[in-house]
Amino acid sequence: MSASNLKAAKPNHLPDDVEPGDSVRPGHPVQVSRYTVAARINHWITALSLILLALSGMALFTPSLFFLTGLFGGGQWTRILHPWIGVVLFFSFAGLFLRFWKANLPAREDGTWLARISDVLRGREERLPEIGKYNAGQKFVFWGMSGLIIVLIASGIAMWDQYFYTFTTIEQKRVAVLVHAVAAVCIICVWIIHVYAAIWVKGTIGAMTRGKVTGGWAWRHHRKWLRELVGTRPGKRPPTPAE
Amino acid sequence: MFPPIPNPSVASDAPRFGEKDVMRRSASEVTPPATRLTEVAKLIDVSKCIGCKACQAACLEWNNLTEEIGFNHGIYTNPMDLTPDTFTLMRFTEWVNPETENLEWLIRKDGCMHCEDPGCLKACPAPGAIVQYSNGIVDFQHDNCIGCGYCIKGCPFNIPRISKVDHTAYKCTLCSDRVAVGQGPACQKACPTQAIVFGTKDEMKDWAELRITDLKSRGYSNAGLYDPPGVGGTHVMYVLQHADTPSIYASLPDNPRISPLVDAWKGMTKYVGLAVMGFAAAAGFLHYVVAGPNRVSEEDEENAERLADGTPPPAPPTSLHEGRRP
Repeated sequence: MSASNLKAAKPNHLPDDVEPGDSVRPGHPVQVSRYTVAARINHWITALSLILLALSGMALFTPSLFFLTGLFGGGQWTRILHPWIGVVLFFSFAGLFLRFWKANLPAREDGTWLARISDVLRGREERLPEIGKYNAGQKFVFWGMSGLIIVLIASGIAMWDQYFYTFTTIEQKRVAVLVHAVAAVCIICVWIIHVYAAIWVKGTIGAMTRGKVTGGWAWRHHRKWLRELVGTRPGKRPPTPAE
Repeated sequence: MFPPIPNPSVASDAPRFGEKDVMRRSASEVTPPATRLTEVAKLIDVSKCIGCKACQAACLEWNNLTEEIGFNHGIYTNPMDLTPDTFTLMRFTEWVNPETENLEWLIRKDGCMHCEDPGCLKACPAPGAIVQYSNGIVDFQHDNCIGCGYCIKGCPFNIPRISKVDHTAYKCTLCSDRVAVGQGPACQKACPTQAIVFGTKDEMKDWAELRITDLKSRGYSNAGLYDPPGVGGTHVMYVLQHADTPSIYASLPDNPRISPLVDAWKGMTKYVGLAVMGFAAAAGFLHYVVAGPNRVSEEDEENAERLADGTPPPAPPTSLHEGRRP
């Protein structure tokens, strides 16, 4: 089915960045549902896997952090568990990918947002364009994670000698360990950006814990998305020019 | 004939090297011993080998290993590759010398070369799983091994193998336990033709010189010693009839060295990677301190309420909002 068919079938179809479960509840303050229970559980499984992978991976990456293997029951257990946690992460993230990819497609305002990155960093949100559900930074995190996870699982399998030793040559395994290490450094940096942004932008963490943000938060950071949600509320007539 | 190593005395003998002689230890910083032990070496004279596999059998026997019964693949090499139980393997190559049109049966005893600059040790992430003694022996300490297989990636000779039983890496120890009490390796002891001899590295080089002179006098003008400088020399050396082309001996590397990929992985990547991650975290901290948290204002909440109620909130200055929908 093509997009035009969809449009024809559903005249008031949702914009790409409005996801199932996103809704506005008027009140004082306005409550905006941002993530469904399933999306949040999916997110936290992914998050826990990524943290465990970072800790066990760093333990094997540099001798000065080898002591971290103690968290996993020793070196042998770390070696056994790390790839399996990677498999969990891969499938868990695949779930997030299917949920969020549409809302992370590039939008016109992303270029402007990126061009005014210094205003972003200064928190001068009034100088930025209105943003949909995700800004360009969040999209960078999303696509960065997606691409790096593909690289990590592919290179990871090439070096998972317990089950896949015979599938690659030693030279390919050497490439794989190097690529795996570099990609891991990159994904940890992307993760730092992700976590820092959630801490810096107050009111964000609630989106992934109880699934809700305040109307003010949505107005400040994702105004286009908020307008779309208000516009698609069931029973609400679309705003007329007279309004 | 190289003077054979005398049998050991029956009196108990203190080991001649041990923990205090560790020169390198995987994933650890060690202070190398002030004085180095005399370097030992095993010399394998391919031109003298008759392919009897006594060395292979002696290795299994001394190390108390049992190789599973395999299949005949049409050549004498058996098993077909090194395994966690086969630390040394006779590799048979039928090679036609293009100059003489003669078929030459090249039999190379494959196994750990005990590199002076060991790639396995460099790649190993587990502290103390691989040690190098100052006499040149590179040994695996199975209690510390985590079975990750990084040593396989580090090795320029494709030697270590991971056991499916205890998931640790195995390879030739140069019979460090025998050498510690003044004996030569089991393979050397078993060799009936002195194709394998053992002694100090200098003795072995001198002995090789005599052998090479002899081979040259018999028309092997390219005879030479294989002690590859790319890995700092090895403590297992070959006398080759055709030392100009080591690769004809069942793919013995012509110029082995630790792969630059491994160097990059264990060198640059480690330091730059840690620095970049540290920088990212520090940048976040600094940004928070300087810029402060990004908070939602009362005005934002009021605007959202007005929007949700259908009362239009004040329009923001349009010039800054070219991305906005009409």
